[in-house]
Amino acid sequence: MAELTYREAVAAGIAQEMERDERVAFIGEDIARAGGVFKATVGLLEKFGSKRVIDTPISEEAILGAAMGAAMTGMRPIAEIMFSDFLAVCWDFIANEMSKSRYMSNGQLPCPLVVRTANGGGSRFGAQHSQSVENWAMMIPGIKVIAPSTPADVKGLLAASVRDDNPVIFFEHKSLYATKGEVPDGEYIDKLGTAKIVRVGGDATILALALMVPRALQAAEKLKVETGIDCEVIDVRSLVPLDTQTILSSVAKTGRLFTVEENPRLCGWGAEIASIVADEAFWDLDGPIVRITTPHIPLPAADNLEDLALPDAARVFETVRKVMG
Amino acid sequence: MVCKAQRQNEGVNDDIDDLIRLDLFRRQIEIRHCEQRAYDLFLQNLVKGTSHLSLGQEAIASGFATAMKEGDKSFCTYRGHAHTLARGAPMHAVLGELMQKDCGLMRGKGGSMHLTDVDHGVMGSYAIIGAHLPIAVGSAWRAQYLGDDDVTTAFFGDGTTNIGAFHEALNYAAVFKLPVVFVCENNFYMEYTPISEITAVENPAADRASAYGLESILIDGNDADVVYRTAQAAYAKARAGHGPSLIECKTYRHSGHSRADPGAYRPDGELDDWKTNRDPIKIYRARLKEFGISEDVINEIDAKALAQVDEATERAKASGFPPANILATDVYADGGWAWRN
Repeated sequence: MAELTYREAVAAGIAQEMERDERVAFIGEDIARAGGVFKATVGLLEKFGSKRVIDTPISEEAILGAAMGAAMTGMRPIAEIMFSDFLAVCWDFIANEMSKSRYMSNGQLPCPLVVRTANGGGSRFGAQHSQSVENWAMMIPGIKVIAPSTPADVKGLLAASVRDDNPVIFFEHKSLYATKGEVPDGEYIDKLGTAKIVRVGGDATILALALMVPRALQAAEKLKVETGIDCEVIDVRSLVPLDTQTILSSVAKTGRLFTVEENPRLCGWGAEIASIVADEAFWDLDGPIVRITTPHIPLPAADNLEDLALPDAARVFETVRKVMG
Repeated sequence: MVCKAQRQNEGVNDDIDDLIRLDLFRRQIEIRHCEQRAYDLFLQNLVKGTSHLSLGQEAIASGFATAMKEGDKSFCTYRGHAHTLARGAPMHAVLGELMQKDCGLMRGKGGSMHLTDVDHGVMGSYAIIGAHLPIAVGSAWRAQYLGDDDVTTAFFGDGTTNIGAFHEALNYAAVFKLPVVFVCENNFYMEYTPISEITAVENPAADRASAYGLESILIDGNDADVVYRTAQAAYAKARAGHGPSLIECKTYRHSGHSRADPGAYRPDGELDDWKTNRDPIKIYRARLKEFGISEDVINEIDAKALAQVDEATERAKASGFPPANILATDVYADGGWAWRN
């Protein structure tokens, strides 16, 4: 085990897969010489050379198109979209192209690629560089959607994404890049479609993703200490495929469900899970499902306002305490 | 603007082998008959959804396909029947897909606008304007990266030159010197609107080439010889590692934009003029005769193509509709559609 930052785990995951497979190449804006604007890809150019680690123009459609065309014809590219907000300018390639090519061609056009992107708020960047848009991707059939919360998960899930034969949208949280954690030594690969129970508890289930995971954990500790409510916290990790069994089993045990979502309210990922639980575990529930989300607003830049908008440990604590009390 | 390819070969025109000429004619006449049949089948309500015909534009698909090598990749638009047929896709499977039958190229899961036949190098037909240009760039990047010898071609209409993806793809391909050929079929109308009224330059593709450091190439897209020569030059350049080409082919579609469009926006006499004086099939029949190929040989190829279309039509008609059990196959690489456990 070595302690790595979340951003170092990104580079480690990419490096592991590029070493293993020559067909893996990496493209994006300022990812090579600059090592990425979040310094998450430092050292890759030096290690693998400019044939495999390529700085592109600011052309998000060309980046995703190039990755897709290469994937369809025998490569396994990784493409970076610098901020997930920018996915909106190349959404055609996510929503219409890479997600549908296999289906429309009746299996003739595979698309094994990874789109990495820096997602989420907390950096005071304002409304166009701070959004959590993982729920946009979740709505589209034909792609997989991953959002890790720890350095180990970054490396293991990124490796699994590169090895997956589908297009995978990999949401890294920009406010987690500096966080540290133990990462297994040597080749490390995790499994897509698996949620992880990160705190065991019997009174309520809290689902969280990415930056919301440490906040949910912090709230759970405080709830235990101050109120005695013992929460189970699940890091969803993979929105598609969704590990509903882990979620349903936990709800069967606790009887209560809370979701902590950074995306704005409407059609957030928790809404889909709430619907599944209502359909399939209604009689396990001892009370209403409660969603804790960013309000349905654009994100402000000012730190005090952004802090008010994003769910934090205090809001999770208060909500659970009030509902459970 | 003077057509470079024409000028280079002015007065020569005998540089193309007879067998290749026969091939160029065969492809054009097969497309003509097949597209005409697609139109007839639509009138019989046997072609569902929509369809965008290439009647009048056959020389472009034929010229490029004839110049391609096995393994070369074609990326097409929703007006892609001609390019798919030109690469040798089975006719019954093309018509079958238009009729959304089980024998279709994609078993009815794609339809007219998404014809795909990877075995014949047709890497899909794309119905969002411009999207396939960056994707073709990716295919060319793969060839360069893996050291493959194939060249990728993206075919698109004049309207595509005004969308962002066109410009992103051109710049990207030029910067990285990728083996890709961009072919603009300028049929003068962006759907229902004259392209000249909504484009800042006279020649929507050729006049933009200089912005990407590329040669401005504008050719008569209705003369298969001219198209073939131009394609050969572009493919030789790409295979030699000298990067992309952008080729604008002037042409004219005999039908409307799609099946719903009678083309009423065109001035009186314009269509008749193109059909009478600049029809690629007529031009090429005359060309073959000019080079001593007999009327009998030409008519035989024509009759054979029509018989092939007849046979393909019957085969497609006889095919069943796709079975319900393929509704949710191939959403994901495991063959299924499971998004949860």
